[in-house]
Parts: sequence; C-alpha cells; structure tokens
Amino acid sequence: MDDVKFSKEHEWIKLEGDIATIGITKHATEMLGDIVFVELPEKDSTVEKDGNAGVVESTKAASDIFTPVAGQIVECNQSIVDDPSKINTDPENQAWFFKLKIKDKTEMNTLMSKEEYDKFTKENAS
Amino acid sequence: MEIQKTALYKYHKSLGAKFVSFAGYQMPVQYTSGIIEEHKLTRSNAGLFDVSHMGQLFIEGNHDLTKELEKIIPTDLKNIKINQSKYSFLTNEIGGIYDDLIVTKLEKGFNIILNAACKKNDYKIIEESLSNKFKLTLHKDLSLIALQGPKAVKILENIIKGVSLLKFMNGNNFSYEENKVYITRSGYTGEDGFEISLSNKIVERFVKILVSKGAQPIGLGARDTLRIEAGLCLYGHDINETTTPIEANLKWAISKRRREEGGFLGYNKIKSNINGKLSRLRVGIKPVGKIIAREGVRIFSQNENQIGSITSGTFGPSVNGSIAMGYVKYDFAKPGTKILLEVRGKKYEAIVNELPFYKKNYVR
Repeated sequence: MDDVKFSKEHEWIKLEGDIATIGITKHATEMLGDIVFVELPEKDSTVEKDGNAGVVESTKAASDIFTPVAGQIVECNQSIVDDPSKINTDPENQAWFFKLKIKDKTEMNTLMSKEEYDKFTKENAS
Repeated sequence: MEIQKTALYKYHKSLGAKFVSFAGYQMPVQYTSGIIEEHKLTRSNAGLFDVSHMGQLFIEGNHDLTKELEKIIPTDLKNIKINQSKYSFLTNEIGGIYDDLIVTKLEKGFNIILNAACKKNDYKIIEESLSNKFKLTLHKDLSLIALQGPKAVKILENIIKGVSLLKFMNGNNFSYEENKVYITRSGYTGEDGFEISLSNKIVERFVKILVSKGAQPIGLGARDTLRIEAGLCLYGHDINETTTPIEANLKWAISKRRREEGGFLGYNKIKSNINGKLSRLRVGIKPVGKIIAREGVRIFSQNENQIGSITSGTFGPSVNGSIAMGYVKYDFAKPGTKILLEVRGKKYEAIVNELPFYKKNYVR
C-alpha cells in the first residue's frame, strides 16, 4: 500500500484523483477487538479535517472515527454496516468506511507513510 | 491503591491475554481469539474463568450465627441444607443492595462469595453486624475458578470423580492430588458448570490439566456478554445501594419465609415493594436495529417522556444481536412494550424483552 497514508488516530487514506477512500488500520482493529456496530457519515455531508465521521463499537466499547482530511462524503460502505465483522477480517481492503471528495490535497502531506505509521504504532505500544 | 494479581496472572500472560484493571486487580479481558469466539466456545464447549479476585469469606458458627446472618441476608439460612448454595444479598436500611453474593452452608459455618469491588466493605458490614462474636476469614490463600459450558461436566468428572452427581446450586468437598478442593455446581454464564475453590499453590497446575482436556480460557469480556445474555446482574451496574431486590426483578432470591417474616435490614421498603408500591422494574431490552445501548443510555416512552435508563448493554453473540438491561417505570415493564433509546443524541426503537435472552437447562 505505497500510495496509502496513515493518521495518528489509526485511519488509512488512499487518494485516487481527488477521491479519498478512508478506513481504519489492522492495528486499530486489533486494539478494538470484535467490532459489532458501525455508524457512517451521511452521503453528501461535509466533514472537517480531524472531525468526527462515525462510530465503531466493539463488544467492549464505542470509539469515534475521525477523518484525516476534509471533504464531502460521496459514498459509504453499506456492506460493513450490514456485517461489521468484516472490519476485523479485512480492514485495509474491502472494509473501507467511506469515500470523500477531498477539499485540499495538501492535507495529505500532514499524514504518515506506511513506514512512519508502523514505527509510530511500535513506539506507542504499551 | 496497589494493583493486585491473581495466582494465575503469569499463566494468563503466557497465553497472550490482554489485561484490564478490574476492582483493583489486573484481570484478563480476552485472550488471542477474541470475545465473540470465547463467548461461543463457552456455549458450545467449556470455558474456564479465573474469578480469584472475588472474595471467599468463611464464617464459623452454628445456630447463633444463622440467626445473626439472617438480619443482613434475606434468604432462609435456617432451612438451607449443608452444601446447599443460595443467591442472595447484603441489604441496607433503605432496602437497597450493598452486594449480591452466593452463600453456601458448610458443616462448621457459612461460606460467602463476594464481589471483588465490594469485599472489603462487605467484610466490615458483616463483622460489625455480628459484633465480633464469630470468626471471619477472608481467604487470601485460595483461588476461585469457574468451568462453564455443556462439556464442563465431562471434563471435570474426568479429573475429579463424583462432580457429575452435584445438583445445581449444591457443592461438596473433593480432593485433587491430596489437596482439598471445594466445588459447587453454579456459575454466571447461563450454562451448566462448576465453581472450584482451591489453593493458590495448585491452581495453575489444575487449570493446565483442565485446558489439556479441552477447556478454553475465557476473559472478563466474554464473561460480561455471557451474563447479559443470561439476564444476570452485575453489581455496581444493574444493582446498587439504591435499587431494591424487588425493583431488580430478583424477588425469587428472597425466600418465602423471609418475605413474610422479615427481620432483615430494609424489610419495610422491600415489603412495600412486594405489596404493590413498585415504581420501576429491571427489564430486558432489545433494540430493533444493530445499535448498542450501553450503561447510561436514557430510555423514553413513545411520546418521548423519559421512563428510565440502561444499566448494561452489549452485542450478544449467541442471540446474534444487540441486547440490554435497564430500569423502566413499572407501567412500561411488560414484555413487548415499545420504547425508545437515546444513543449519541438520536432516538432508536427498542422493545422490552423477557429475561433471559438466552436460556439453557441446568442440571437439577
């Protein structure tokens, strides 16, 4: 996933043209445990950088999902709403959360590469 | 407060458990396979739980002790048979609950299993109430493990002969490699199973044998989803010092003789509850969709008046859906009543449901 960037909140983001696909990382799912519920933003709504863009719930607790870049939501992944366990099995491919039309591509520069993210998670592991 | 560890801490760690701090103890919340898998293994096979953080209190005494204990525990201790267990409470002056407990009559006294978070306070309450006339021992040398699930009996019988003859809520003394072990047929999952009290010195060896025979170590995460499916209360959440046993829908746990005769703390309130003055009741609640309603979620009537709040809620792996418990105004407590739950500012439809959500037959 060379063209993919990562946030400190454990989201991944893949930019193709001006459409960004956003999901949560495998590392995030391992911390969360079994995911049993997901709430996604509404289509056509606009989201701010680092703003709230949904909720995932595991058997234990609810956690907010943030979007690492601002934009307008163009598509949500209904298949993970119907079967949230997909997020545990394939978080970085099929279980993407939503796609948005990015407002400012330079926001991508504030995010981490795969290598930087792996280092970040290792350093923050307790 | 210093973090405490059970005698099995290193063993949990060697299995790759994730830990959580619970009532001052570092306890495994889940192992590597995850909560849902652990939950299902308990229902289909046999789950092994370390519950050594719970208090094991022994009080020595006979008739006089029975009389004194009945002043704070509203079950029929006079007629309980030796090795029989009862689910009961320590009640307070206003009919609320200081703790819920399992009391077992032994030849020389009573054994009481207390919640980890309450055990120190319980000890004080009981000691004061008994005015130092009896000897109390809160065992630090003993571990407590639970083996739960349809295969529990076969696995345990293989190691300790005779346990299969125990009836639900009955116990007895057994031995394992010449060590004394006390086993009751009881649990907190809605499954058939056993709770085993044994020395800290042998617990790891014993647990390893159970695991080698097919028992699966289960963490507190699945323990919680299992007990919610079974409709069982967690102290400090579903019951507390302000909820009466009647409001908590636990009238069955107060023996008939005690309901009629009273003579325990809070009886006036509990009696008036029984005689119809009940403002709220603990009920099961099933959200219509997938939304999870956790503790604190407010419950509304269909015309949007608040009628209560959720005390426990999760995803129930065996019922494959969202489940919860909470208190509602008495008029809304009938199963089938449509209600609304407010989660993150939005209202979601839900239905009052009978408890338990999941039912199996116990061996009686």
